[in-house]
Amino acid sequence: MKFKKFFIKTCNELEGEKNTTRKIACKKCGKKISVSKIRKNYFVCPNCGNYYLVRARRRILMLADKRSFIEHDRELTSKNILSFPEYDEKLEKAKIKSRENEGVICGTCLIGGVKVCIFSMDPYFMMGSMGSVVGEKITRLFEYATKNSLPVLGITVSGGARMQEGMLSLMQMSKVSAAVKRHSDKNNLYINLLTNPTTGGVNASFAMLGDITLSEPHARVGFAGPRVIEKTLNKSLPKGFQRAESVLKCGFIDMIVERKNQKELISKLLIMHS
Amino acid sequence: MKDYEIVLNARKENVLTMSDYLKNIVTDFIEFHGDRYFSDDSAVIGGIGYIGNTCVTVIGIEKGKNTEERVYRNFGSAHPEGYRKALRLMKQAEKFKRPILLIVDTAGAYPGVSAEERGQGRAIANNLYEMSTLKTPMLSLIIGEGGSGGALALAHADKIWMLENAYFSVVSPESCANILWKSTERADVVAEALMLTAEKLEKLNLIDKIISNEKSGELKNMIENELNSLMKNSIDDLLELRYRKFRRVGEI
Repeated sequence: MKFKKFFIKTCNELEGEKNTTRKIACKKCGKKISVSKIRKNYFVCPNCGNYYLVRARRRILMLADKRSFIEHDRELTSKNILSFPEYDEKLEKAKIKSRENEGVICGTCLIGGVKVCIFSMDPYFMMGSMGSVVGEKITRLFEYATKNSLPVLGITVSGGARMQEGMLSLMQMSKVSAAVKRHSDKNNLYINLLTNPTTGGVNASFAMLGDITLSEPHARVGFAGPRVIEKTLNKSLPKGFQRAESVLKCGFIDMIVERKNQKELISKLLIMHS
Repeated sequence: MKDYEIVLNARKENVLTMSDYLKNIVTDFIEFHGDRYFSDDSAVIGGIGYIGNTCVTVIGIEKGKNTEERVYRNFGSAHPEGYRKALRLMKQAEKFKRPILLIVDTAGAYPGVSAEERGQGRAIANNLYEMSTLKTPMLSLIIGEGGSGGALALAHADKIWMLENAYFSVVSPESCANILWKSTERADVVAEALMLTAEKLEKLNLIDKIISNEKSGELKNMIENELNSLMKNSIDDLLELRYRKFRRVGEI
């Protein structure tokens, strides 16, 4: 329990810390850097370039034009439909940890002056896992975008389908993919921004269906979990396996974009398609 | 039977596999091979034949009957090529206005280095995406194991049927228990909670029909009738109904 509290604290350290001159040690290189410096550097360690997780709402702030974001379906929240053991507690904890009602935030905003539908998954809400509400919110966003002929920008971070909702979660893959198809069939643009990690059922559905697929450096992008693969093959995995750089070489990502360049690039892409 | 027993039984080696159903349901079957991009995945069997008087495309996942065959079939775990072969044959069916029968029996898509490098996630995603607007009727029959995304990639169909002793699950009960409690011991508890049996999935409105053991002799006629009745829909209606079928899953 103590450990869990500590974990929540470190996750929120960067976001919640009011004393921005306070220094925290980078988890990768260990160097102590002030909170304000990391925040200003788009939540990337200025020393070693380690990418910190970014909460969904912060992501939108980083990309959207000031005060342009209008949220959709904020009130939607998961129920323990299957009465799955410990799910209620997990949801409560996720809500506290992420300060969100669900694992994805959806809405519209302007990026470089172009109106776009945006969804952003939250790594602090059960690792962005996809349950019925996540699927429903993203589906509604695609339907809204189709109806209003708007492009969609999707920022993914997810461990996959949320097992606590059983087949209801799995079938969200079908539901969202069908909505993406309808959006695409009306000649609308869908840009994916993959972040660490984008795996499992999210990888095997809407994260891999963009017209343009961007990724953050070093993000894990893959279907099966690395430990599962290791166990199946009984040998260690090649270096860089399932990392964005190698996934790009395999042909599944258009380009890798550093965090500080994302807004500029996405706004260019949107203008080129408007 | 306990839910976990259903899972264990579905994995047994002496159960009927896809090729048995193929023999019993389809006549004059001609198998086609290859995804036209990389190779031919032997875990996936696809081709054309007749169900009664209706010419159909049949695609399914085969586990193999003995050790040698099971190795050849990769134990019924498909690589991306398998899903791409399936999609190629589905597109072919659309072109020639043939209905499609999909037969699912897999523990899951193959978790391997090469499968990842060739885009397992993308292959499954693309099947869901394309199948959502494929202009021909599809029926998916889950005969044994319906293992997660690897099974779903052949189940985005107008009708999903399950044999009464089959299961369809987001995750294997063992992996789920392992993630939750770092031990596979309580897999039986998890199996109950996951709602993975045909009976429970029908109650949740996620599947359309359960085929009981007594009725398995009539399976061929039931499939033929269902496909023929689906073919009476206009394509627009068919696609609208298919969209709504998945749209209402977990609708709020």
